[in-house]
Amino acid sequence: MLYRENGQFKSSYRSDQQIFPILQDRIAMVALLVLAFLIVPLIASPYLLTAIFIPFLILALAALGLNILVGYCGQISLGTGAFMAVGAYAAYNVQTRIDGMPLIASLLFGGLASTVLGVLFGVPSLRIKGLYLAVATLAAQFFVDWACLRLGWVTNGSSSGSVSVAGLNVLGLPIESPVQKYLFALIFLAVFALLAKNLVRGAIGREWMAIRDMDVAAAVIGIRPVYAKLTAFAVSSFIVGVAGGLWGFIHLGSWEPAAFNIDRSFQLLFMVIIGGLGSIMGSFFGAAFIVVLPIILDGLPYWFGIPIDTATASHLTFMIFGALIVFFLIVEPHGIARLWSTAKEKLRLWPFPH
Amino acid sequence: MGFFLETLFGGLMVGMLYSLIALGFVLIYKASGVFNFAQGAMVLFAAMAMARFYEWIPKWFGFDNKILANVLAFAAAVLVMIAVAWVIERLVLRHLVNQEHITLLMATLGITYFLEGFGQTLFGSGIYKIDVGMPKDPVLVLESLLQGGVLINKEDLYAAVIAAVLVALLALFFQKTATGRALRAVADDHQAAQSIGIPLGRIWIIVWSVAGVVALVAGVIWGSKLGVQFSLSLVALKALPVVILGGLTSVPGAIIGGLIIGVGEKLSEIYIGPKLGGGIEIWFAYVLALLFLLVRPQGLFGEKIIDRV
Repeated sequence: MLYRENGQFKSSYRSDQQIFPILQDRIAMVALLVLAFLIVPLIASPYLLTAIFIPFLILALAALGLNILVGYCGQISLGTGAFMAVGAYAAYNVQTRIDGMPLIASLLFGGLASTVLGVLFGVPSLRIKGLYLAVATLAAQFFVDWACLRLGWVTNGSSSGSVSVAGLNVLGLPIESPVQKYLFALIFLAVFALLAKNLVRGAIGREWMAIRDMDVAAAVIGIRPVYAKLTAFAVSSFIVGVAGGLWGFIHLGSWEPAAFNIDRSFQLLFMVIIGGLGSIMGSFFGAAFIVVLPIILDGLPYWFGIPIDTATASHLTFMIFGALIVFFLIVEPHGIARLWSTAKEKLRLWPFPH
Repeated sequence: MGFFLETLFGGLMVGMLYSLIALGFVLIYKASGVFNFAQGAMVLFAAMAMARFYEWIPKWFGFDNKILANVLAFAAAVLVMIAVAWVIERLVLRHLVNQEHITLLMATLGITYFLEGFGQTLFGSGIYKIDVGMPKDPVLVLESLLQGGVLINKEDLYAAVIAAVLVALLALFFQKTATGRALRAVADDHQAAQSIGIPLGRIWIIVWSVAGVVALVAGVIWGSKLGVQFSLSLVALKALPVVILGGLTSVPGAIIGGLIIGVGEKLSEIYIGPKLGGGIEIWFAYVLALLFLLVRPQGLFGEKIIDRV
């Protein structure tokens, strides 16, 4: 009854093409933004912010970037961790080597560096497809892992590749407390989500989707595969690179290459697939699921007061995590975003079934 | 020259071991179209089962005979791997028929997590050793031809021979038996195979069992070299470039790809590594595979990918 487009007439192309054509969606979006920007910082405890909200925001941003490549353009990448690492280490390098470099500028520079690498490793995608490409992207992962450990200039000479940043501020405002960090990450996420949404709605997004659905047919109707694939790699790795910078600077503070290893790549791919391929919303769902699930699994024995030693608990967590992933893929292979849209469809017709 | 040959032989033998793991990938991909990321976890799981049964079985039955214990432990581990294959087919594959490649890939990643956790819960998370009586001492060969001769690790030599025998057996199994023929039919075309009465479910169980046994053999060899521990599941990551280099659908490809990667890795580590700062083994294999793929996108021996619109 409440969620319905009846009576909402569109009298201009502009109103027909807006991101949220249904009034209720717009209201929900505003409510969500108010919740995220005002209410959460006011009521959430510092622990909640640092343990759940900040990782969620940053990983959602990375998942968003990956979703553009995997979900919209159909190029499977197992090297996302590498692009995050490049973003983080490039941002670190500009930040430490240039005095008075603004934080936002160095994060964006990290994104640019990641873009360059992304395009470089995207070139083989013009020839290699499918699973072969997926394995080939692992080359990026292992190469960057190695470079961060062995090449002195990447880490400014630190021996094990571990680096740290301190005294972050934007235009004189310090980014120190959990609330400040949360808001900083949230602003980045909101801006990039809006940009990404508009990109995938526009001409370029349609080209990506055409390439994903069938690249030969797309080429026949005049879409340049080179341009479409490389822009997807570029945009995706830019966003992922910025997310990597945020992960290092805002969430970790000090980090080493292992923070961006192959497990990170798999984790992000899980988010994208469980959340929903080819859906901006799905990236958020997936990130929430993957960030919150291990915390709940870890907490379960304590909440129920079951005495269990940490080693067994961590093995059990592994098992349950793996089983849940498989279960989820079987129940809904198209991800949480599909459940969401089914629910909305049902809600439109409710209470009448047809 | 002697040093070069030594590196070359070392590379060939390591390559043979990579092939063993790559073989598991190829078998499963051919028969069920699943890129099985869990192969590494299966190697670890099988090796753990073998190592632990080797300790447990003599205790349970109260005898003290190394050979008998090894044989029984191997048989028990084979049974475990068949059970794993059966469970995977029943609970996972059956429900994911006709899904996208990437969904299946992710499902096997889920299986990886599960097997790693399950294996360590069941068998413990310590470091175990497997001792099947492989000689450890190195031998000198070609002393008459070269000054100083060439030093070869006997253990590697045995392992390479075992790998070669296993490959030959698999080839025979695929070419000569009725089951092998059915497997090849399923690999060619699922629907056609089903319509002439080949039971897909049973074929998948067989293939995953065979892959499980291959994983067991790989696990025993790697395990007796490195010890059975968690990092064993990472050798699968080194076998991935082998698989794509040789072609996902080709058994000979897995062998030749393994040899190329093994040799390339060792030679590059010795001759290029020091200039770049060392430790390049891990990415060199991938970059090598990537370069090969640029020339042949379907791997050396993979089926040609044909796009139909």
